[in-house]
Amino acid sequence: MANNLKRFAAHAQVQRVLPWLFPVFVLAVWQVSSQAGWLSTRVLPEPWAVLKAFWSLTVSGEIWTHVATSTWRAAAGFAIGGGLGLLLGLLTGTFRPAEMLLDSTLQMVRNIPALALIPLVILWFGIDESAKLFLVALGVFFPIYLNTFHGIRSVDKGLIEMARSYGLSGWRLYTQVILPGATASILVGVRFSLGLTWVLLIVAETISAQAGIGYMTMNAREFLQTDVVLVGILLYALLGKLADLLAKGLERWWLRWHPGYQVAAKT
Amino acid sequence: MSQQNIDIQRAALAGIALPFSSPLSVTHGATHAKAGAPERKGTGGAEVNAVGLTKGYAGRRVLHDTDLHIAPGEFIAIVGRSGCGKSTLLRLLAGLESADAGQITLDGDAQSAHHSDIRIMFQDARLLPWKRVLDNVALGLTGPDVKERAREALAQVGLADRAKEWPAVLSGGQRQRVALARALVHTPRLLLLDEPLGALDALTRIEMHRLIERLWQRHGFTALLVTHDVSEAVALADRVVLIEDHRIALDERVLLPRPRARGQAFATYEERILDRVLQQPEGHSVPPEDTLELHPAHLVRWAI
Repeated sequence: MANNLKRFAAHAQVQRVLPWLFPVFVLAVWQVSSQAGWLSTRVLPEPWAVLKAFWSLTVSGEIWTHVATSTWRAAAGFAIGGGLGLLLGLLTGTFRPAEMLLDSTLQMVRNIPALALIPLVILWFGIDESAKLFLVALGVFFPIYLNTFHGIRSVDKGLIEMARSYGLSGWRLYTQVILPGATASILVGVRFSLGLTWVLLIVAETISAQAGIGYMTMNAREFLQTDVVLVGILLYALLGKLADLLAKGLERWWLRWHPGYQVAAKT
Repeated sequence: MSQQNIDIQRAALAGIALPFSSPLSVTHGATHAKAGAPERKGTGGAEVNAVGLTKGYAGRRVLHDTDLHIAPGEFIAIVGRSGCGKSTLLRLLAGLESADAGQITLDGDAQSAHHSDIRIMFQDARLLPWKRVLDNVALGLTGPDVKERAREALAQVGLADRAKEWPAVLSGGQRQRVALARALVHTPRLLLLDEPLGALDALTRIEMHRLIERLWQRHGFTALLVTHDVSEAVALADRVVLIEDHRIALDERVLLPRPRARGQAFATYEERILDRVLQQPEGHSVPPEDTLELHPAHLVRWAI
């Protein structure tokens, strides 16, 4: 019996279907219990209503302005914070004096949760765009900074010695040996940061905004449109997943030499 | 692959063909060694002279007042117990580290002036995993025909068809062959080999011995091989040097024809050097001279 089950699970088509089985089951239970009236629409609207809300928001075009605004905030905040983190990480990783000057300060600031700064951020920037960008950038900065620093420091010393003895130095050594050697670690930071980006953005957008997914859900809450709130939540999940796929794609391309990331084994 | 099989077969055949050579008939082999010499280009090798080399790490002495002279185009093997300082000697010659005292010259000039003439093959191949095989070979090359030169060097080690692969998919032996190609493409005048075959299996090793010997004969560079394997030293080197107690304790010429077959004479050399290496823990009951059954090369008359 157990053997039969194992053989069944190993089947290729079954393997493709299996991960979907549970979510579909949950949706079915949810739909049925809403229709039967066990679940109030104020607590949780039925899946079908969420789908309808999604459709009407898409048709009216309202959803796109919110998604575009949120995506732009995420991208800009990530670019600013991530870029700075990368730059400083490269600096402190490469030059000892820079590490001595900056690293202990940065390690100290790192321990402050970005969200703890919200009152200050509102005082500094008010409630406009720059406050949201600042929060996202600040949260994204540290994972990328730390992983870049660590990546540069943990490049195989033997490879650097080899490259030097083969006449590489300065810029050529940096671009051909040190930077590629740190890529795997830097990308870990990027993936971690992308996850954080959406978390921070959700909080920032629910505080105060005139557009964006967070604004949409807060607005819907005012009017008890739980279906729209759920659409917003699902949108965040979707965008987060997309960002992660993007990071995975980057890993697959930049680390295609790495046995751990090779998709199809060759020869 | 078939080429390598033929090589192994040839080695095996040669091994059978030579068992009659007794330990005392070394003269016989030496004649062939001499006869083989003119095939090499004599111009490629650098003359290496190290005088009074002393090196220590954190107060622990590794090398003390060591002198070493290597003739142009000579193949020399350094053996010794682990931690005896043989790798340190190589690193000093490579310029990877600087000596506490003493000096090294290449063709009479300071070694630092000849940096581009020296290339190293490391114990681990040290290929850059993010560069394809061909780009690894081309590392540090400049000029318009970089790719062609790299491709040619790859062909010399028999890996032309793997140029587009990542190093991660190669076997240990193939990686070392790529590393060899990467060193050779710079046409070094002194090639330093730091136990490059230590991690390979016996069969791959024999293949590599043949390959290294062939390329050395073809290019004529001076070669210095650090190894813990006495048989490897005897198989490849013109001279086997033993480092013991921070200095050179034995310097023996191997007068066997190339390519060397593992016959009786080979075994005698191997045994004698190995005995000398292993003898140290019992103190110095036997002076090194007594263990040498052979006459020094310059005292022997050659006859065919």
